[in-house]
Parts: sequence; C-alpha cells; structure tokens
Amino acid sequence: MKVTSIQKILLVIATSLLMSACAGKKAQESVQMDDAAGMTDDTIVSGTLDSDVMGMDLAGPQGVDANDPLGKRVIYFDYNSATLTFEGESIAQAHGQYLADHPNVFITLEGHADERGTSEYNLALAEDRAMIVSQIMGVYGVALDRIQLVSYGEERPVALSSDEAAYSLNRRVEIVYQ
Amino acid sequence: MVKHSFYRAWLQFSVIFALLVSAHAHAVLTIDITKGVKAAIPIAIVPFQVSPAQILSESIWDVVSSDLARSGRFEPLAESDMLSKPAAVKQVRYKDWRLLKMNAIVIGNVRQLGADQYEVSFRLLDVFNENQLAGNKYVVKSALLRKVAHKISDIVYHKLTGIPGAFDTKIAYVMQEGERKDKRYMLQISDADGYRPVTILESRHPIMSPAWSPQADKLAYVSFEKKRAQIYLQDLRTGKRSLVSDFPRINSAPAWSPDGRKLAMSLSKDGNSEVYIKDMSTGAFTRLTTNAAIDTEPEWSKDGRNIIFTSGRAGKPQLYQVSALGGTARRVTFQGGYNAGAAYSPDGRELALITDMGGGFKVGIYDITTRTIRTLTSTRLDESPSFSPNGEMILYSTVQGGKNVLAAVSRDGSVQQVLRFSGGSVKAPAWSPKL
Repeated sequence: MKVTSIQKILLVIATSLLMSACAGKKAQESVQMDDAAGMTDDTIVSGTLDSDVMGMDLAGPQGVDANDPLGKRVIYFDYNSATLTFEGESIAQAHGQYLADHPNVFITLEGHADERGTSEYNLALAEDRAMIVSQIMGVYGVALDRIQLVSYGEERPVALSSDEAAYSLNRRVEIVYQ
Repeated sequence: MVKHSFYRAWLQFSVIFALLVSAHAHAVLTIDITKGVKAAIPIAIVPFQVSPAQILSESIWDVVSSDLARSGRFEPLAESDMLSKPAAVKQVRYKDWRLLKMNAIVIGNVRQLGADQYEVSFRLLDVFNENQLAGNKYVVKSALLRKVAHKISDIVYHKLTGIPGAFDTKIAYVMQEGERKDKRYMLQISDADGYRPVTILESRHPIMSPAWSPQADKLAYVSFEKKRAQIYLQDLRTGKRSLVSDFPRINSAPAWSPDGRKLAMSLSKDGNSEVYIKDMSTGAFTRLTTNAAIDTEPEWSKDGRNIIFTSGRAGKPQLYQVSALGGTARRVTFQGGYNAGAAYSPDGRELALITDMGGGFKVGIYDITTRTIRTLTSTRLDESPSFSPNGEMILYSTVQGGKNVLAAVSRDGSVQQVLRFSGGSVKAPAWSPKL
C-alpha cells in the first residue's frame, strides 16, 4: 500500500480531531493510532512529525511553535550515549518547567536505542537515556512519581533502515503526555 | 544473497538445498551456505526404500543429507550421481562407492506398520573396511519422522567425526510479523534446522531474551505485555507461565545457573541496570553489582561459581567477571571498542560474544586461556550468539535485506550459513541444551 505524505498527514489530523473529542484514558489509544498512521514498510517519517502532531492535539503544552523546545517531544542522542546534547537539554528543561507549572500533568519518558550492539545492553542504554531526561525535570522540582520511565531498547525503531540516518532517529527519548 | 567466495563443491549443495526447498512447499526456511570447509567427508545418503511404495510427507534421507551438509563437515553425494540405490547390506557393491570416492554410505528402509505408524531402520557402512559402523531401528508416528532423521544424523556425525551431533535439538527465537499497529511478536521453538516451529507465546508487544533451563524443560524470557520489560518463566510441557521478576522499571537478560536452581538477571529497580541472582526455590534476590554504569547480560561459568557480564563502566561496553557470591568485578576483555552478550562454550574454554573491532558488530570468540578475541563472521549487526550443545556451531541473529535473520557459524569460522525463515523478522535465537 502506497500512501502519499499528504494523505498520511491528513489521516493523522483526522485521527487526532476524532480523538480530541475523547477524554482521559482515550489518549493512550490515539497515540497508538498515530503510530499506525505514521509509517509504512518502506517509508521513513521523521520522529518529530509523529510527536508534534500527537502533542498538539492530545495533551501537554498546546499551540507551541514547533521550533520552540517546548514544542518538541523527542530528544535525540549520540551513539552509545545517554548524555544530553545542548538541544536535548533545552527540550528536557522546557518540559521540566512546564511540568513544574502544571502539577496535575503526568508523563511517560520512553527510551529507545538504535539496533547496533546487543538488545539487552540497548534496553539498559535506552533506560539511561530516559533517566537522564527525568533527572533534568527533577531539577525543576517535578516529583519523580509523575514521570514514568519505560525502555523499549532497540525493539521499537521509528526508522527501519540500517544506516546512520535511521540510527540517529532511533536513538531517542519520547516525551508522552498523559 | 551469497556473499562469500565458496568452494566449488558448495555450489552443488546450494542446488541441493534449492531442490529440497521446492520439494517442501510448506518449508519454513531455506539455508544459504555462504562458506564451507574444504575437507568435508564424502558420504552417500542413499534414498531409503519405502514400503508400501507411497509418497511420504517427510523424505527422511533428505533431512539427514541436509543436516550433514549444513554442518560443513560432510559432503553428501547428489542422488543423480549414485550408480545404485541399495536398501540392504547384501545389495551394496562397495567397489562402486569407492569409485565415487565415498568414505561412508547410509542405507535404510521405511515400512508402514499401521495407520500412522512407521518403522525406520538405517545402517551406516564404512566403504573401505566394508563393515557396519552403526545401525538402528525406530517405530514412530509420522509427526516424528523428522526427529528420527535428526537422530540418524546425530549418530552418523558422531561415528565419523568423534563429536556428538546436535541435530536432534531445538532452537527458541522471536519472530516478528506485521508493521506498527498490526505488529505481532511470536516466541517460537523449532527443530535445530528451523522446521516444525511451534509458537509458545504471541504478543502485540516485544518479546526478548529467551533462555533455556539446563534441563531444556523451561524457557525464561522477557515480555513487554504489561508495557514494560518483565521476566516470565514458561514450562514447555504444560505451557504454564509465571512471573519471575516484575520489579519497577527494567527486568531483563535472564540466565540460568548450570544446576537450574538460580536465575541471574539485570534489574534497574535500585537506580540503573545492575546484575542480580534470584534463588528459584527461596525467591530471594542477591545483588551482584553496584555501579553507576550499565551492568547487564549475566552469563554463568560452567562450574556456577562466576558470572560474566557486560558493563559500560569503562565508557564502552566490555565484559567483566564477578563471583556468583558477589565482590569485586574484574575486567575480562580489553580488545576493541565493543564486547558484549557473552555465551560460554559447552567446554567452558571460550566465550562467544558480539565484538566491534572497527568493522561493525560481529560474532567473535574470546579464548579464556590466551585472552584474545578473534572475529568469526562476515555478516553485520550480529546479536545473540548461542552455542550448539556440542560446541561446534554458534547460532546468532544478523541483518540481511532489511530484516533480522538467523545465521550460524562454526566455532572456527570456516562454515557460515544464513537461515531464511519465510515471513517475518527473526531475532534472539537460543540453542537448547541436549534433549
């Protein structure tokens, strides 16, 4: 099945509109539907597009410019590293501040790794990535019980090819608002 | 598809495999031999006499032939090159087989005894000494004909190489099918050649790290079915499942102690990923490592006294060893920028591992005596090395054509092959102990 980018975006928006009518627990399901619409077998869609659409329409900071750190929901990492880049740190800080200002908001930090190396080591590496993001948020006084850490290691790539372009998209922490 | 320069004889085998595959329309996999040994033993597996004449669902002599060829140590004669097809010793003209430069031949019979009952007999004959090296008879249902074939392969392999065969064994692995919303993960167990797969767990969420108990009666594995990594135990006879470890955060990388009484694993409940041991009878957990870096992938030494694990404490992943009772860890590997996922050879003298010496992630062997690592494979993005129970082959996963596939390499690197399952991606292979 070949779907053009525009069709895909329309589908995501339609899904989001449909879902924004639902409240509470429904948000979880719509995240999965966005996932399904975001990508086909042979197409790479940037992780940023997925999460921007998800974020604006579901929960968390609303109406933020996509170039603003608070408008970003994915933090990328270097190879075999759980150290935040300058940009990654600013995204973590912006969301940390947002969480500090909105005490009833809960998030999940989903850690991911690229496919290189062993699955088991990558599971731990991806958790370290989620953990460093939560530690930055903790600096803003966000109680750690509002942040759920999940590691998927290399099991849930967003880009499927075996090259640096794909790897750099897969080494990430996704900030998921609930 | 075939990456390596291989010897001429192997071209012939590729053809045999292609024929085998077309003969089995339901085949789950094909095997591409990418590299074979020169000094393979020439052997003739003569088609068995089937009575009453009928088309069997399993041509067990073909299974024996492909088993032996796949090991890289044998070079089975093509059926079309046989001058005669004896089914009894008195029909064998040894001179003909010597002319064909065969060292040994296998002959046999399949007789139907009842509605679903077959008698299989075979003889392994020495062409030079004109005597019988082995012979056996089995009575089985049709569902077990392949198992009988693997048993025959084991006997032939043992008699002619002096090393026990590992054909009548199982492998566990995770197959992944579908994309995104339709993604399904299946934990499967099949024969060592990939046939007769059985799904023992199916999930929409990732499954990882299957680990056989030493008695091969249980499998520990990691399942994300509750949206995070937890360790489960599944009894392979009853199918009964239990949670072994469901602490907050990651529960991963289960590894059985040689006596089957303990399970080592990696837990991040106390901060970050650390190695623990669970006593399966008392349920007590003992923490083995305390380090701000990643500690994971525990593997027991054969005497059960030490644990090898992967740690990022030196910046890049390397192997370390710690007593199973705890204490100070000692670094084991120093060569290369990445050494992880260690698996002991059955004789305890070597470790298979994933190593990066600059050419990508490949299966390597660490020699415990010489403390050196040699790279074995020419594939890339290798993972999950696992020894055959006779220590001759290492099964692992790699990436080809954008898919995870299983591959195998002999311990000396001389034989390499890719197992291509129909359908999805295949990862996390684990070879069973002796059954």
